[in-house]
Amino acid sequence: MKKTVLYEKHLSLKAKIAPFGGYEMPVQYEGIIKEHNAARTGTVIFDTCHMGEFKISGDSAVSDLERILSCDVADIKTDACRYGFLCNGNGGVIDDQILYRISESEFMMVVNASTEEGDFEWIKSQISENTKVENISAQTAKIDLQGPLSPKIAALILQDSITELKFYNFAYNYYKDTRVLVSRTGYTGEMGFEIYSPAETASLLWDDCISKGAVPAGIGARDTLRLEIGFPLYGHELSIDRNAIQSGFNRAISQKKVFIGSSAVFAPSADNQILVGITLDGRRSAREGDMVLNKSGQEAGIITSASFSPTLGYAIALGYVNKEYSQPETLLKIISGKNEFSGKVSRLPFYKNATARSDIKLMIGMS
Amino acid sequence: MAAVPTDLLYSKTHEWVQIEGDAVRVGITDHAQDSLGDITFVELPKLGTSVKKGGDAGVIESVKAASDLFSPVTGEVVSLNDSLESAPENINSDPYGSGWLYTVKFTDKSELDSLMDYEAYEKYLETI
Repeated sequence: MKKTVLYEKHLSLKAKIAPFGGYEMPVQYEGIIKEHNAARTGTVIFDTCHMGEFKISGDSAVSDLERILSCDVADIKTDACRYGFLCNGNGGVIDDQILYRISESEFMMVVNASTEEGDFEWIKSQISENTKVENISAQTAKIDLQGPLSPKIAALILQDSITELKFYNFAYNYYKDTRVLVSRTGYTGEMGFEIYSPAETASLLWDDCISKGAVPAGIGARDTLRLEIGFPLYGHELSIDRNAIQSGFNRAISQKKVFIGSSAVFAPSADNQILVGITLDGRRSAREGDMVLNKSGQEAGIITSASFSPTLGYAIALGYVNKEYSQPETLLKIISGKNEFSGKVSRLPFYKNATARSDIKLMIGMS
Repeated sequence: MAAVPTDLLYSKTHEWVQIEGDAVRVGITDHAQDSLGDITFVELPKLGTSVKKGGDAGVIESVKAASDLFSPVTGEVVSLNDSLESAPENINSDPYGSGWLYTVKFTDKSELDSLMDYEAYEKYLETI
């Protein structure tokens, strides 16, 4: 099992540690709900050093990336990011990723930890000879600052102003004398930043953020936060066995180009099941793998993630259902062990007041 | 974690028992609540039903886990902590007080002899 450069920090903060994506990661420090609420109302800090980063460059980088990614690439502006899928020929999802355009012909791709090695081999096998791909994961640390008050802490930590940074854009900045890349992205739905630094800088940066008031949060809260927004988690909502179109993330799938898997993704029956949000009656959670039935008791789909929602106070879930049951307000039943729960299809996000797209200047004015 | 109270009895499945005349009050230990994490839901046995020593006595769920509850004694459930329906987090914050679960009028007092006292439970915690 691998450890991130911040592993000792987690031990000294008395985190509960568990395996995630091949790494020993902090599940929680003081408690999932406390950390969750801190992200919705203040600022949290996550160790996301486990995630993978590739540098992809060359004159053919754009055309190669257009082939291997479901999202459009050519029209990404320099200093902007875009979410998309790596698909196989069957339209199955190899991984989901965010692509950073560093210059006309240079990109950084950020991928999941558990899929990093496979992604790298896949990309190498699919690109042209004059495109260079480099796995920079080991030397790249990543820390996420998330929450409505995160701009205040980011402003205290970083040398250059972050007030002009727009949602899904990034800029180089400095932490003390070290150059870091800061993007206005995240996995919580809240205003926030992902900070990429050299691995040797991460411990100082981590301590500094905490001393300025950021609450350390683990992968437990990270999961409940993303679930309330309806973000997919690779290995749960997304997998090699699920056609990308079923995710419903149509913004991440270009209809204007041919990419690996596109003929399968746009095949007529590819979207016979759709990923939906489901709200349950009450606090008791369903479980991944639970069967979903329609109101007359016929099989209608499967649950992929589920939890009590700390912000909303009731249980929520994501799951794939047959297309005819995917409309909001459709009544469903969920078989969870010996229990049966009532639920209904909900529009995503479940939690609608998250701040990711808010005006950063107004946020900094907040007290 | 809080110290293990000295005036209670304990089961290997981390329930605590307080003797109150011919009944016992039951809860889960501080160790149990800490292992589960933030508790979000509790299903208790129904009032007036019979529970068996070591048998099912409901379910407790946290954000990350679900765990069965087991009755430490045989008898009839005579009261429930209704406040847990809306505030299950009381089990985390006060496992030996406001986080109690239910009371059982026991049928065989000798069953209590097989439970651990606090010293035995503390030693047991060191072994797991």
